[in-house]
Amino acid sequence: MSKNWPLWEIFVRSKNGLEHRHFGSLHAADAEMALENARDVYTRRNEGVSIWVVESVNITASNPEHNGEMFEPAQDKVYRHPTFYDLPDEVKHM
Amino acid sequence: MSEEQIKNLEEQFEARIARDEKIEPKDWMPEKYRKTHIRQMSQHAHSEIVGMLPEGNWITRAPSLRRKVALLAKVQDEAGHGLYLYSACETLGVSRDELYEQLHSGKAKYSSIFNYPTITWADMGAVGWLVDGAAIINQVPLCNTSYGPYARAMVRVCKEESFHQRQGFEIMMKLANGAPEQKELAQDALNRWWWPSLMMLGPTDAESIHTEQSMKWKLKRKSNDDLRQQFIDQTVPQAELIGLTIPDPDLKWNEERQSYDFGEINWDEFWQVVKGHGPCNKERMKARVGAWEEGEWVRDAAMAYAEKKQARKQKQAI
Ligand SMILES: [Fe+2]
Ligand SMILES: [Fe+2]
Repeated sequence: MSKNWPLWEIFVRSKNGLEHRHFGSLHAADAEMALENARDVYTRRNEGVSIWVVESVNITASNPEHNGEMFEPAQDKVYRHPTFYDLPDEVKHM
Repeated sequence: MSEEQIKNLEEQFEARIARDEKIEPKDWMPEKYRKTHIRQMSQHAHSEIVGMLPEGNWITRAPSLRRKVALLAKVQDEAGHGLYLYSACETLGVSRDELYEQLHSGKAKYSSIFNYPTITWADMGAVGWLVDGAAIINQVPLCNTSYGPYARAMVRVCKEESFHQRQGFEIMMKLANGAPEQKELAQDALNRWWWPSLMMLGPTDAESIHTEQSMKWKLKRKSNDDLRQQFIDQTVPQAELIGLTIPDPDLKWNEERQSYDFGEINWDEFWQVVKGHGPCNKERMKARVGAWEEGEWVRDAAMAYAEKKQARKQKQAI
């Protein structure tokens, strides 16, 4: 038969208070197995307290070739940063 | 794309790497960069996987529970290393199946060191100390390589390697300080693993192809000969510390170079092993292909079960 196990992306929260972070990927028949495999592949030394698995085909990624349209508009919007605003030195705590 | 446009892109690409920027999977990259990376990363992954075989040989016969859990954990780490690297390699658009197929058909290479047999318990010491030691020297510079997924995988690998080397050295130290028969066992293992470990760092610079391009792409930061010298310089004092003798009559401290001079490496042996005529090449491939083929029904059953569960869930939802 030979139908390949799909690919899963693995996200691990290393401790409470931190966000889940992408750790890598692995193959598994289903989500449950992906979780078990992720435990063995990515958390053998207490690297995590929580794991998310997402089948890779479900991730939609931006295309780096469109990074211009996508991210450059933010570059000239200096007024989004606190340093854009001139205040006298006497103003404290702001 | 016109030839000029490609040339332009290539120049920008090289400049990014020169600026120490990382390349990520969906970025544009020259075809040669992709191919070279698939080759090096998959060879690396294959080495981790085949590398489990010589040590797996001793898990059931480890002399104590302490040694057994350590060896088991080490071999399990190597499986993990193989998996990190395969999945990093897959980000370049090659499938796991293709990679396995290349290994099993003999098209892809793996590190020649794993074609040597592990005939005594002391070999577990020598392998951890020398083989993992040489691997660390090879791998640490790769934590800064230009391809993001490879660099990240190597950071994890390197973090895990140091226990491998330490548990190996501890085995050697125990044997070397033991009864005369035990010390003899340790010395014999060192005698057999020393030269193959030096070869593991690759052909001499004069014979090494790809080096210049690999340096540019940070797939290599130091030449094979420099890495080998580093390995020798750090390992000789370790052997002395536990009273073992490096099997090289020409080995001598060179005051002027502040480094060890060493004897001629038998490169014929190296190329013989690379070409498939080492003591265990056939055995290793047989074990690897056998595991893959005999595991097929398990993989199929797991997939069938997953599909059945999915179908049942969908039915319940209706
Ligand atoms: Fe490893
Ligand atoms: Fe290792």
